[in-house]
Amino acid sequence: MSALLEVSELSKNFGGLQAVHALSFAVEEGAILGLIGPNGAGKSTVFNLVNGVFAPDAGRVLFGGQDITGLRPHLVARSGLARTHQIVQPFAVMSVLENCIVGACFGGKNMPLEEAREAARQAAMRVGLEDRLDTPASQLTIAGKKRLELARALAAQPRLLLLDEVLAGLNPTEVERMIQVIRAIRASGVSILMIEHLMQAIMSLSDRIVVLNSGQKLAEGLPAEVANDPAVIEAYLGDPALAAELRAA
Amino acid sequence: MSEAILRVDSLEAGYGEQQVLWGLSLGAETGRLTTIVGANGVGKTTALRAVAGSIRPWGGRVVFKGEDVTRLPPHVKAARGLALVPEGRQLFSAMTVEENLEMGAYARHGTRSYASRLDHVYAVFPRLRERRRQPAGTFSGGEQQMLAIARGLMSEPDLLVIDELSLGLAPVIVHQIFSTLKKLKEEGLSILLVEQNVHLAFALSDYAYVVAEGRLFCEGAPSRLEAMPEIRQAYLGL
Repeated sequence: MSALLEVSELSKNFGGLQAVHALSFAVEEGAILGLIGPNGAGKSTVFNLVNGVFAPDAGRVLFGGQDITGLRPHLVARSGLARTHQIVQPFAVMSVLENCIVGACFGGKNMPLEEAREAARQAAMRVGLEDRLDTPASQLTIAGKKRLELARALAAQPRLLLLDEVLAGLNPTEVERMIQVIRAIRASGVSILMIEHLMQAIMSLSDRIVVLNSGQKLAEGLPAEVANDPAVIEAYLGDPALAAELRAA
Repeated sequence: MSEAILRVDSLEAGYGEQQVLWGLSLGAETGRLTTIVGANGVGKTTALRAVAGSIRPWGGRVVFKGEDVTRLPPHVKAARGLALVPEGRQLFSAMTVEENLEMGAYARHGTRSYASRLDHVYAVFPRLRERRRQPAGTFSGGEQQMLAIARGLMSEPDLLVIDELSLGLAPVIVHQIFSTLKKLKEEGLSILLVEQNVHLAFALSDYAYVVAEGRLFCEGAPSRLEAMPEIRQAYLGL
């Protein structure tokens, strides 16, 4: 396997805050990489640096061997990298199909409209929205909007998909269905970088996990390795020293 | 066995369309320190907000001192003796310490006079008396947390609910605040708090609830929970 996305020594400051510091990781072709870490660890900032919402202060982003560092988001999308947003952002008055057509038109291929329509239909089908093609996005439930967010990204026919908390706010049945959808997407050859708070889900979906803490990489490895790493456990459960001190006092 | 001052049954809540709590049940007993622990984003703060009334539950019940208070607004709950120390303190930063404390006294016609309540919180937090004319916004994080707790105490609550007690505080301050809470508990106050540091929560509480993904993962006496490998699973999924 070779790396489809290679992030090296990426750094970003906001005012005095070091949001991301010298972060390096890679997403292998065909793999799912999970990005986890406590709130404020810098996960969403990493997404924004990779897809060009922010330009990094230092470091490089290579996608398919091409340097996309600091490229504007629409050009990153053109290069075959699509993303979803944690807070869903559909075009509310447009239908499900129209939303997906927008995704298809601004994605990796410069498709004629008819082809975009077909790509959009396929994408909607893959997430299970085929019965809702003409429904205005605003009328979907939250689970429907989450699916649409994913379908619009898929319609761009990306090589790499960045998924930002696509499972948040879904009920257990919907979570299970969405997990199946994500597995199927990966099986179709799309590589995935994902952020997710539902730990059981991300641990079971991901081939590898990168743990961020305070903008830096705390650990990386197989899900089971990471979950047994004392530094990771401390980052999640808290520092045991303080409690020991209080008990002694 | 002491009695339950708070009972939360099958609580559902969220924001906009986003559901966060999926039927969370927990409680707090009179004169005890109860903690809710769990990873980021599992709904701990949402649970406290729904309990205190700053957001309205979508479903389930909140029973306080035997009465159903599920749909009551926060000021009415405060008047009945349920005080929230919110995440991020939410002090009136341009007001002085004493003015903040006065705001806290508003909600409830307690049994004691304003002056005696003030004396009590100054006895609990002597530092606040020294600085009573200072604007709250000029305080350090630890002092702000003390003031936020003191403001909560000014309503003479039966149950003090504290969100993210130790977040962003230096160990020495956490130590001080916890010793203070212990004293307050000995005076008969019931306390329910959300704490990020699970070791800290277990070291100091009488009873703990572990929340994962908007639901109760497990509960029990800290000594029992501490020995459970499942705690790590609640946080890390494996």
